[in-house]
Order: sequence, then C-alpha cells, then structure tokens
Amino acid sequence: MLLSDPRAVRGTLLTRRALALRGAAMALAGVVLLALGLSGLLVAVVNPVLVIAGLVLLYAGSDRLIWAARRRRTDLLLGLAAGWLVLLAAAALLAPVLPLGEHEDVASTILEPTYLPPFQYLDHPLGTNGYGLDMLARVIYGARASLTISLMAVSIGLVVGGAVGVVAGYYRRRVDGVIGILTNALLAVPPLILLIVLATVLDPKVRNMAIALSLLTIPTMVRLARANTIAYSQREFVLAARALGATRLRVMARELVPNVVPPMLSMAVVVISSLIVAEASLSFLGLGIQPPQPTWGNMILEAEAGDTMTQHPSILLVPGVVLFLTVFSFNLLGERAQQRWDPRGAKL
Amino acid sequence: MTTARDRFDGDGAPVLEVEDLHTRFTTPRGVVRAVDGVSLSLAPGETLGLVGESGSGKSVLGRTLMGLIAGGPTTEVTGTVRIGGQAVHELTAKQRRRLWGPEIAMVFQDPMTSLNPVRRIGVHLTDPLRLHLGLGRREARERAAELLDRVGIPEPRRRLDQYPHELSGGMRQRVMIAVALSCDPSVLVADEPTTALDVTVQKQILDLLAGIAAERRMATILISHDLGAVEGRTDRVAVMYAGRIVEKAPTKDLFAAPHHPYAEALIGSVPALSAAPHTVLRAIDGTPPDMANPPDGCRFAPRCGRAEDRCRTEPPVLAETAIDRTVACHFPVDGPAAVPVQEAAR
Amino acid sequence: MRAVLRRLGQLVAVLALVSFGVFALVALLPGDPAAAILGPGRPPEEYAKLHAELGLDQPLVQRYLDWLGGALTGDLGSSTVPPYTDVLDRITAALPVSLELAVLGLGIGLLIAIPLALVSAYREGGLADRLISGGVFAVLSVPSFLMGLLLIMLLVDELGLLPRAQWVRLSESVSGNLSHAILPAIVIALPEAALFTRVLRNDLVRTLREDFVLAAKAKGMPPARVLVTEALRPSSFSLVTVLGIALGTLIGSTVIVESLFSLPGMGSLVVTAASQGDFPIVQGATLVIAALYVVINTGIDAVYGYLDPRTRRVAL
Repeated sequence: MLLSDPRAVRGTLLTRRALALRGAAMALAGVVLLALGLSGLLVAVVNPVLVIAGLVLLYAGSDRLIWAARRRRTDLLLGLAAGWLVLLAAAALLAPVLPLGEHEDVASTILEPTYLPPFQYLDHPLGTNGYGLDMLARVIYGARASLTISLMAVSIGLVVGGAVGVVAGYYRRRVDGVIGILTNALLAVPPLILLIVLATVLDPKVRNMAIALSLLTIPTMVRLARANTIAYSQREFVLAARALGATRLRVMARELVPNVVPPMLSMAVVVISSLIVAEASLSFLGLGIQPPQPTWGNMILEAEAGDTMTQHPSILLVPGVVLFLTVFSFNLLGERAQQRWDPRGAKL
Repeated sequence: MTTARDRFDGDGAPVLEVEDLHTRFTTPRGVVRAVDGVSLSLAPGETLGLVGESGSGKSVLGRTLMGLIAGGPTTEVTGTVRIGGQAVHELTAKQRRRLWGPEIAMVFQDPMTSLNPVRRIGVHLTDPLRLHLGLGRREARERAAELLDRVGIPEPRRRLDQYPHELSGGMRQRVMIAVALSCDPSVLVADEPTTALDVTVQKQILDLLAGIAAERRMATILISHDLGAVEGRTDRVAVMYAGRIVEKAPTKDLFAAPHHPYAEALIGSVPALSAAPHTVLRAIDGTPPDMANPPDGCRFAPRCGRAEDRCRTEPPVLAETAIDRTVACHFPVDGPAAVPVQEAAR
Repeated sequence: MRAVLRRLGQLVAVLALVSFGVFALVALLPGDPAAAILGPGRPPEEYAKLHAELGLDQPLVQRYLDWLGGALTGDLGSSTVPPYTDVLDRITAALPVSLELAVLGLGIGLLIAIPLALVSAYREGGLADRLISGGVFAVLSVPSFLMGLLLIMLLVDELGLLPRAQWVRLSESVSGNLSHAILPAIVIALPEAALFTRVLRNDLVRTLREDFVLAAKAKGMPPARVLVTEALRPSSFSLVTVLGIALGTLIGSTVIVESLFSLPGMGSLVVTAASQGDFPIVQGATLVIAALYVVINTGIDAVYGYLDPRTRRVAL
C-alpha cells in the first residue's frame, strides 16, 4: 500500500521518481504555455491567461522537481522572492556605478531613439520611453527612490510607533487614553486621503514623502507595541525587575522592548509593501516625486497618456511588472515572517 | 424505510460487524496506525462498552465504524464494517451519508461545542428529520418537540426556539441524544457522552441512554475511559490499547476476573469508596506508545509487569479463553495462555 | 446606553481633532493665499484688505473656530480657484458619484468573494483552494491603479467592450450610468474581493474544524449544505469586522479609480484641489470623508455586537 511505502517522499503519496516525472511534465507544459502566450500568436485576451497559466505550471513543476531532488519540501516561492529583493536592493544600491543609460536628464537624450521596445537592443535592454530615457535605468533609480522612501518611513514608524506604544502599554490609564485618541484620530482619515492632504502641504521631496508615509505606519505600530507591552508587562520577569529596583524607563527599555520588537519587525515587513504601493499611488496621481525623476508610480503615469498603452505597452508593463514583483515579494516575506514570529497577528 | 433492525429482527444476526479494521493516517511524523486490526460484532439491542485511555484509538474506531473517518488523501481504511449487512466503506460518500441518522448515529463528547451556537435548538433536530424522513416543517417541529420530551427536557416547545447557550450542559447533551435518536437508528455510538458533564448529571444521562436503548432495541457502543460508566450499563466490554483490542468479555465477567494485565491494572486503578483512608492510588507506570512508531511485539509489554521476551517480539492475537471471552496476551492473568484455536470474532 | 454615549463622545472628539489637524496643517503653510489669489505686484493695501476679508490676520484657533462655526451651519466656504464655487455645492455634487462607485464596488466584491471562499474552504488544501488563495495573494499585490490600467488595456483598448472616461448621472440615464460605472466598480471590487475571500476562507476553515460541524455532518447532511448553513453564519462575523478595514482601502481605491477614469467624484475633487492648492475644498472634503469613515466604522462595531446572539443579553 502506498501509504506504507518507504520510498514515498515525506508528505506525499508518491515515490521520488513519480514526483520528479510529474514535476518535469508540469514544468514543460508551463514553458510551452508561456512561450505561446508571449509569442503573440493568439488573440490578445488569451495571452495573459496563457502566460499566467504557464508561469503557475512552471512554478509547480519546478517545486516538485526540487522536492524530489532534495527529498524535503523547500519554500521555492520564498527563495525566489528573497532572490528578487536582493537583486533589486543590490541594483538600487549600486546604481551610480552600474553601466546604465540615462535615467532622468531629458536634455541629454534629445537625440536618443524614443519608445524602443524591450529585449531587442543591448544599449537599452528594457527599451526607452517617450523622452529617450533608458527604461532599465529608470526602473533601477525608481527602485532606489521607492525603497529609500519606504525603508525610511518604516524605520520612523518602528521607532516612533514602538516608543509611543510601549509607553502607552506600560503606563496605561490616562497616558494610554490620550495616546488612544490621537491614534484613533490618525486612523480616522483614510490613508490615501491623508497622503493627499500632506502632499498638498509639503514639497514632494524624498524626505517629506518618507515622513508622510511614516504617519501611515505609526498607528499600527503603536497598537502592536501597546498590545504586546500589555501582554508582557504582566509577566513575572517584569515584576522581578521592578522588585530589584529598576526604574520604569529601564524596565521598558531592557525588559519590554526586546520582546516587543520581533512581532513589530515582522509587521514592518508586511507594511513595507503597502508603503511602496502608497508611494506609487501618490506618484501616479501626480502628487509625489515629480518626473523626470523616476519612481515606478510616475513611470506608470506616463503610460496613461493618450494611447501610449496600446501603442507601446512596454511603458506600462516594464514598471508594472517590477512593481508587482517587488510588492509580491515583500508580502510573501512578511507573511512568512509573521508565521514565525507573530502567529496571532498573522490571522488577518 | 427498512432499518437494519427490521431486516435482522428475530434472526439474531449481528447489526454491526467489524472485520480486521485498520485506520491509518499519514502525518508529517510518519504513518500513524490509530486502529490496528480490530474485529467485533454487535447484536441488536446489545450494549458494548469500549474502554481505553486517551490515545488508545477508541474515538477513531467509533468514527471509522460510522464511516465519518474514511479513505482519503491522508487516510487509509482497510477491513470491513457492516451495518445491517451494508459494507460501509464500500459505499460512496453520498450513500454513506444516507446511513447517518436512520441506521447509525453518534452522540458526541462535548455538548457545548457540538451544537452550532448561532442556530436554534429546533433546527438541529428538524434538519435530519426533514432530510431523511422527508417531514414537512410543521410535522418536523412536532416530532422534534416529542423527541425533546422523550429525553427529559421540560417545556420542549419553548426550548425549540432557544439557542444552545441558553441551556445547561446536561440539557445540551440531552438535545444531542435527541438528535441522534431522531431518525430511529439501529446502532448508536456514544463517544464519551458524559466526560464533559458534572458527576451528578452523568448518571442521569447514562440512565437515559440505557433506557432508550432498551426501549427501542437499539444496539449501543458506549465509548469511555471511565470504567464506572461502563460497569453495570453494558452487556459486554472490549478493552482497547494502542489501537488494538486486548480483551473482550461479558461485563460482569470482566470486572470480576480480568484476564489481560492491562485490563486488570485499569480495574485496579479505580479508587474505591470503601477503601481505607490513605490507600495509595495504583496507577499504571509508563505512557502509551507513539502510534507512529509502535513497539514490536505486544504493545503493552513496556508497561506490563508480567512481560517476558516472547512478549517483546511476538504480538499476541485475540484468542478464546472461555466461552465468550477473548484475550490477546501470551501470559494472561488467571492461568496459562489460551490455546489460540482461531482468530475469534466474538 | 452609556456605551452608545461614550461612542458618540469619542466620535466627536476624533472628528474635532481631524478637522483641526487638517486646518492647522493647511494654515501653517508657507506662502500667502492672498498673493496666490490676487497675483503679484499689487499695492500692499489690497493684500491687507483681502487678508482681513479672509480672516487671515486672526490667531489660528480663532480662525479654526470661525471655520468650525461655519461648517456646523453648512457653510464650508468657497473655492479659492475660479469659478469660486461654494465648497458645499461641490461636495454634494461629487459625493453621490463616489458613493455609487463604492457601493457597487463593495457589492461586486462580496458577490465574488463569498462563492470563492466557500469553494476554497470546502476542500481545504485542495487544488481549488491553492489556486484561489494564490490568486488572491497575487491580486492583493497589484496596486489598484496598475490593475485599472491593465484592465483598461485589455477591455477597452483591445476589445473595445466598455467606455473609458466620462460619467453619466444616474438621474439622466440608468443604463448609461451603469455602462460607465461597471469597469471602475470592478477595479474597485477586485482588491476588496481578494481581501474578503482571504478573510472569509480562513474563518470558514476554522469554523469547519469545530465540533458542531462534524456533528452536523454526522446527521447525514450533505457537505455543501453544511458549508452554507453551519459554517457561513458564524464565519460572517469576521467579515463584518474586516469591513471596517476594507473601508479604508475602498476609499483609497475610489480615489485612484476616479482619477484613472476621470470620474467627477470626491476623490477627483480632493486630488484636483490638492494640486491646485485650493485649501477650502481640501479641508471640507477631508472632513466629510473622515466623518463618513468614522461614522460607518462605529456603525459596524455596533452591528457586530448585535449580530452575535451570544452577546445579546438573554435571560437564562
């Protein structure tokens, strides 16, 4: 009986060979569908379906092949996501020293060919936009902007939100009440509206964007820190520290903060992706970083004008796909992080 | 609709037959053999007590008997279970569902969680009545009220419109019993029906079950880890350990003189009110085996005071030691090993 | 009763804070609104006169209270941009559009989510479940504006199925209105549907593990029926709580979608006013939106308390 078959790979009912064969078949089918979808042979509507189906099959097949090879389940998706983020971060960090085309100086590209399609020219691997600017360079500098803003915002949120939350959770009563009302007030304004209002008032520079975005994260961080502080401050080790004469500040800093930090960190990863989306949305609305300085949001905005989308779909798809992959990867990372360090918070 | 009882009435043939039943689950730790070769049978109107500690597999056995646990992606069931002649595990899922209610029904352990908190008591009862018996809304409500009355719930009509949290634990369990009875099954499986209840209520519920079983000639399997619940209310007892039945006997005989060391230890561990003060409680040393990696040979051997080398290598099979008594042991209490004439089925 | 009063009190406090916050932010801006209106190079008395007219020479709190007084009587001021329309008029014209979109979007979202969640939870871990959960995760990773553009690219440009811009008022033509509203509503609905599907599916899976579900199955009830009658109602409570969070995304999506499809709703109003520096409109619109948001959230909390019969006071 298969269930008792010692050759069965752990967690499935299949033998190693069967698993590998299945994986290979699925991967092959995936490649075929992918090629079909990208070739443009069929009607336009069917292509995205084929591409998606192809990718899913390719992924499922590769996953099984690796499973059969390593005899253990490995999180392929997580690996791919992490890989993408590392690649992106490296590119963003090294951007000034990389041999890239021009990303924002419109004057210098007057003579460059415009709207070049991607994957055809070595000079411009991802093509060019309507001003002759190199798309690959723009995407990478856009990553630079987005990642910088998001990371700054989430750091501010962690520090400020964490501090306020721990204070609220430890002191309780009136302090907690006041902080509660302030937090609720901040949460009372729908996020995008808040951003728009702030954008009205502030200069669209990177630093300001980071501050504005951090306001989005602070209430959530405050709540998380507060909840965890309350849970932990009732534990014995806090009482013990107090009994040994520690001041409240010391207790908060030494005993509570180290326990509150892990769930906050995993929340931070989850939050980064929404910050990236928020920044992109703001740029898309024209209220964020202004062109020609590239950010994924305003690159996508370029595609909106007239019939640019139909004539030159790469203007939309290049930043779009990169944006999607990045947000997806952060979401995945955040979810896995929450599963490990904050399972209760991962409920929703 | 003919029930099993109708078909076998006067015939004396068993209403429930189990042959070499195995239930295996694939888990990340390996294959767990929760039920590992169980055979038994039940005559109409007979009450069988199924006794064992937590983890012995008795609940899994109960559910497999019904077909609630059946073959699936991570589950394997081999062997036969026949209810009223129908082989439960050879039926399709849909056919099995038709058995639940009219042929066999289950009373679950925890009445607090076995009733849907957001639905009224009435619908818990009318659902199966309308599904299996095809009753109309008003008829079903009438019958539901009658059922509640039969299980001893005062003001039945008022209760129909109440929510579970408005009833006490004992009353909720009565409702569960009413639900199980609603379509007049020929077999009732009661899975630890009193474990979650107060002691005073326990007796009432057990008496109720016994009364109903007698009145309707309903075969009952009373699953419990509480020997006191089983003694005096069952005709026969099967003792289960680590997925296997280790002894089967008429109740009086078992309690008077158990043959299997485990059964003996179990019975001996129950504190008696009549014992002198400060009598040391006799517990059984050790813990039940890991069902993903059971020991070779007799599974009770590691904890058995009478174990010898043979016990550790050769698993004992159920064999008759007297009329109607079977034991799976190489060195049973009270005399030498029985001659294993054949794998006894009763 | 006391709980209700306390809630109302919190509501008022929050609204006051929000309105003051926005007011202060806007007022503390560098730059001179009078100069923006009149243009540069005018004699100083004109600026001073406009300052006095606009009340700009008063202290901040005084200005806020003046504005608040006006707001409570329905006077939210006028736009500082030609044609200087009354703020309240602009809001009342834009609000129905946004509300219609939001309600349509939410409705479609629920319509998509409930069956998907049921199918997903029915065979937890099965192929359908994995595909749906994966799809949901992917959709949640696509920002609304990107989704909107992709759908436009597909449905409007390639297939020419639906019109792209403009808006037809409901009062003018129902079919015209719907044909213009359907695509934006779908773009709004998709992230909501994804969120709802995930939450509902997780809750259904949890509920399905409860004892009473097994007990119901043991009565012989068909699994599809068990899913709907036993599991759906207890699980819908979490959906109600999520509605509060979904509302935030909803408003955000609406803003983006209005911009994308050039629809004259509150979102467009705020965005255009923001880019033009038209503060009275930004102020008034933000207040209205925040007020609605808070009120609806409070309402949801109240409804939740009512829905669960265990929390209703019952005489035992």
